[in-house]
Amino acid sequence: MKPGFFLKEATRTIRRNAIPSFAAMASVLVTVLVLGVFIPVVQATTGAADDVASRVQIDAYLKRDVTKAQIAALGEKLKGMDNVKKVQLVTKEQAYAEQKKKNPEAYQLLGTNPLPDLYRITPDSAGDAIAIGNALMPVGPSGKRAAIDPSIDTVRNRKDDTEKITSVTEVVKLTAAALALLLIAASILLISNTIRLSLFARRREVEVMKLVGATDSFIRWPFLIEGVILGLIGGVTAIVLLGIGKVALFDPLTDKFALIAAPETMSFGPLVIILLAAAILVSTAGSGLSLRRFLRV
Amino acid sequence: MAATEQPLRRARTRRAAEAAGPVPAAPRSTVPADPNAVIQLRGVSKIYDHATGAGLKQATFSITPGEFVFLVGQSGSGKSTLMRLLLKELEPSAGSIIVAGRDLGELTRKKVPYYRRNVGVVFQDFKLLPNRTVYDNVAYALQVTGHSRKDIRAKVPDVLRLTGLSTRLHNYPDQLSGGEQQRVSVARAFVNHPPLLLADEPTGNLDPETSIGIMQLLYRINRAGTTVVVATHDSAMVDRMRRRVIELNDGLVVRDEQAGAYTARDENTAEFGALMRGEPAPAPKRMADLGPDELFDDAFRDDGRTPR
Repeated sequence: MKPGFFLKEATRTIRRNAIPSFAAMASVLVTVLVLGVFIPVVQATTGAADDVASRVQIDAYLKRDVTKAQIAALGEKLKGMDNVKKVQLVTKEQAYAEQKKKNPEAYQLLGTNPLPDLYRITPDSAGDAIAIGNALMPVGPSGKRAAIDPSIDTVRNRKDDTEKITSVTEVVKLTAAALALLLIAASILLISNTIRLSLFARRREVEVMKLVGATDSFIRWPFLIEGVILGLIGGVTAIVLLGIGKVALFDPLTDKFALIAAPETMSFGPLVIILLAAAILVSTAGSGLSLRRFLRV
Repeated sequence: MAATEQPLRRARTRRAAEAAGPVPAAPRSTVPADPNAVIQLRGVSKIYDHATGAGLKQATFSITPGEFVFLVGQSGSGKSTLMRLLLKELEPSAGSIIVAGRDLGELTRKKVPYYRRNVGVVFQDFKLLPNRTVYDNVAYALQVTGHSRKDIRAKVPDVLRLTGLSTRLHNYPDQLSGGEQQRVSVARAFVNHPPLLLADEPTGNLDPETSIGIMQLLYRINRAGTTVVVATHDSAMVDRMRRRVIELNDGLVVRDEQAGAYTARDENTAEFGALMRGEPAPAPKRMADLGPDELFDDAFRDDGRTPR
């Protein structure tokens, strides 16, 4: 075939049909822009939801009269249990300081420290929290719950909180996924419609080409190349805009608020590659498929 | 015909053809294949499944190379159907069409473009590519067939000179008059030097004087050896030209006049133009060449005018 000729044809049609070409390019641009913003947002949301879920913890309150040796022994025992990710000792003093910071006036009134020592246990996953709680306070033969270790006073696994958090994070994740699907569907419709419109305007042209004796591939190649070029221009423009937005708006924010940076998001490089590939693919496939209809003369 | 209607109609036709199942064997054996004919129709019928379209009924005739044939008839008599059948835009419901010894029915879809390269076409609405210059429009017909750039640069100006468009090379179609656009269309049809040129109402959108220019052009192409088939409803023009006339009425071939007294290649283009205008031809040269009896034939006798 003659790539040079087809390339020239493609660029010529883009120049001569400036407005439809611009519309197609703009729709690719908008789509990529939306996706480029939305993919990190979805990732951040699910990341944040996971983060919240990971904060589900079990507190084992210790009796007031336990010795340091007993505390250390219990710590080893807890670490050896199933599904336990991390065990952290919070001493009375630490707990008092923590609480006093939250509610200074109340603790001022209190005077002495009423708080016990406690072990804060982080489970492997939020769903394991209840199992660990049960393991620490199994139901005894009398039907009452008793701690597995004499130094443990009570165990609070915040069952309600845990369940609430897991269900909320599920909803958040599902909503994000549904929104992403809707956006992708809208983008595909937008692009295919734009391409179809610009092709419909050139239906006569295709008809004439066929009458002069052009083969299908001879007609199709310039259109496909046109799709690649428009997809490339739209995609690159969108990525440049995204890059500017990231540098100008997002990066300063992450410096100021550590929270925003906390959830894991895709780094910019792979995101750019994915977006660019998607832009070119959709644009090319759109023009190729829409053309099929008009080639049947 | 509304352009938007065409794909629909085609789809419907295709569906109807599928519904009808295998086409019953046409009486193709009644007419023997003519090895000399450039176009041969043998019992060709085209039935549209909706009433409005012009069909074709049992059309049988052949056209020999170098002929100039008029296809006349009212709107809806089947002229355009016949043209589209010859381009293999449509498939006949029955019968067979043989062009240059090849049965169009046996042509696969893939081969259609290669077939069309051997047939020049001119339409009433010109069918030029709107975003290409005159030069590029004509060049496209050559690019399609894989001509080299050097070849194209040599051939296109030639054919544009022939059609009197040398000064319009870099204009776009919408900057041209109707007559000029049609000349571009003729140039494009002829640039490949096809053995066959079909023109469907080539003068339908043009004023009489411009029409004569286009017909002169087609005549000149015919004199260069190309078989030309012109569909038209302008019977006045046809009568003056004294060429073979095939008349269609409601899909039937009702008249096929083998040109009466006309003999091919007996006029130059200027004389032909004069003939078209209904004027006596510029006489001196002919006076010398021909006897007085041959000079004024039917067309002139009938119109009651006395030659100078």
